[in-house]
Amino acid sequence: MFNISKYDEAGSLDGALEFLSEHPAAKVIAGGTDVVIKMQGGKLREVELFSIRGLAELKGSKCSPDGAVLLGPLVTFSQIAGDPFLQDNIPVLTQAALSMGGPQIRNIATIGGNICNGAVSADSAPTLLALNAELRLQSARGERKVPLREFYLGPGKVDLRPGELLTGIMVRPEEYLGYHGHYIKFAMRKAMDIATLGVSVLCRVEEGKVLRGVRIALGVAAPTPIRCPEAEAFAEGKTASAETLREIGRLAVRSTKARTSWRASQEYREHLVAELVPRALQEAMRAAGGEGNA
Amino acid sequence: MREGKGISEAMRMPGVKGLSEAEGLSEAEGMSEAEGMSEVKGISEVGVMRMSEVKRKPGDGTTPENVLRKISFTVNGKALTLYVDIRESLLEVLRERLGFTGVKKGCGVGECGACTVLVDGTPIDSCIYLAVWADGREIRTVEGLAVDGQLSPVQEAFVEEGAIQCGFCTPGLVLSTTALAESGKEYSREEIKRELSGHFCRCTGYQNILKAAERAVHEGGHRCAHCEHEREGEKRI
Repeated sequence: MFNISKYDEAGSLDGALEFLSEHPAAKVIAGGTDVVIKMQGGKLREVELFSIRGLAELKGSKCSPDGAVLLGPLVTFSQIAGDPFLQDNIPVLTQAALSMGGPQIRNIATIGGNICNGAVSADSAPTLLALNAELRLQSARGERKVPLREFYLGPGKVDLRPGELLTGIMVRPEEYLGYHGHYIKFAMRKAMDIATLGVSVLCRVEEGKVLRGVRIALGVAAPTPIRCPEAEAFAEGKTASAETLREIGRLAVRSTKARTSWRASQEYREHLVAELVPRALQEAMRAAGGEGNA
Repeated sequence: MREGKGISEAMRMPGVKGLSEAEGLSEAEGMSEAEGMSEVKGISEVGVMRMSEVKRKPGDGTTPENVLRKISFTVNGKALTLYVDIRESLLEVLRERLGFTGVKKGCGVGECGACTVLVDGTPIDSCIYLAVWADGREIRTVEGLAVDGQLSPVQEAFVEEGAIQCGFCTPGLVLSTTALAESGKEYSREEIKRELSGHFCRCTGYQNILKAAERAVHEGGHRCAHCEHEREGEKRI
């Protein structure tokens, strides 16, 4: 028995937004893989649950003719992993989705929940950050668009206002077309584990080894998922040598604010960043058909 | 997101008006105290017994109207309509109320996979799946796999490969393997490992489990050890 005081279900998006404006204390639940576990652990008590899992408007993903991808927040990790379009065009997102939890969790956990919970270890976060994803947030008062980068406010804190629902995750074509990426989840186990560190990189590669438009995003390296602007700026136009890649890794550490937790010390996490950022870049270059030698 | 207050207030709100408004659940609306209870009796006595045992704190406002929902679903092909408590997991309903004890309770937080059942053919952890979500779904448990005492091919494969030690993880693993086998898709050994990675076997009998799963998924019971069949690019089991 979970500690639930009230349970309601949304029938339509409009109805849901209206309900939320009248019940700001209600806890939105979708897949439940975070919320139910928090209830089980006693972190959430006497919760008023508001389930949005039936909302057809928030399911499925769309790709417009120009290539803009709009992911519905209720899309599950399994659906992302199994989507042929994403597999072909944004495989780094597929890769990230497959690294999360285990199959049963991926079958119900939603991408929107992963974002809205604001976990620093969220497996979708680094990749969506690297893709410059933009969030569509809707409330009874209207819609706003927020870059994912600005959405994270602190550990477990996101810029989701009372009464607001995440209604879509947009990835523009210019953010992924021509890019190659790689996600490395560093954890103790291959499945059912929380990332000790997550690294997602995207880049374009010219002439087999010249880096362009490098994006480096990290999970669990700061209080929120972050990008590494200094390292990205340095990487622009550089020929990828072992030395350059190492320097990019070193610079990436400067953007971090890692802390010591029971999973890993700050020093170890910094070491991982310096080590894994170059490795991820190498893999991305390999995916691009480049040399990726280092 | 969560605000700690205002909860008891909501609990004391009489009736279910607030609920049906947002939900559009006409059934819930019609569930006045007297009606609701008699309906409960008619459909499932378990429901009534459950209510009398419902965990309540004095004065917390828990009434059948605000914690019970009528759901209809099938379990192993049998259609059922019953009242479930909004606070119950599907695991609790299946195990404790319907007697499907093949659904094991392990970690309770979706990590061990012992409680795995198939919902519309998809493996999920029933310990973190609210019972109300089962409405309109087809649930399969390990009890539903054998037909007329004849084990399913996946069950056979587990028996043949000795993929069972204490047996606690077995129902879940058999169900996840069943979903793979029924998908009709091809899976490499690595993919099978990945697809079974949401199950813990604390006896550590993973090798035989993997063998059983490979056998069931690839061959539908076909035994590679006794023939020349070998898949391209794959080592023989």
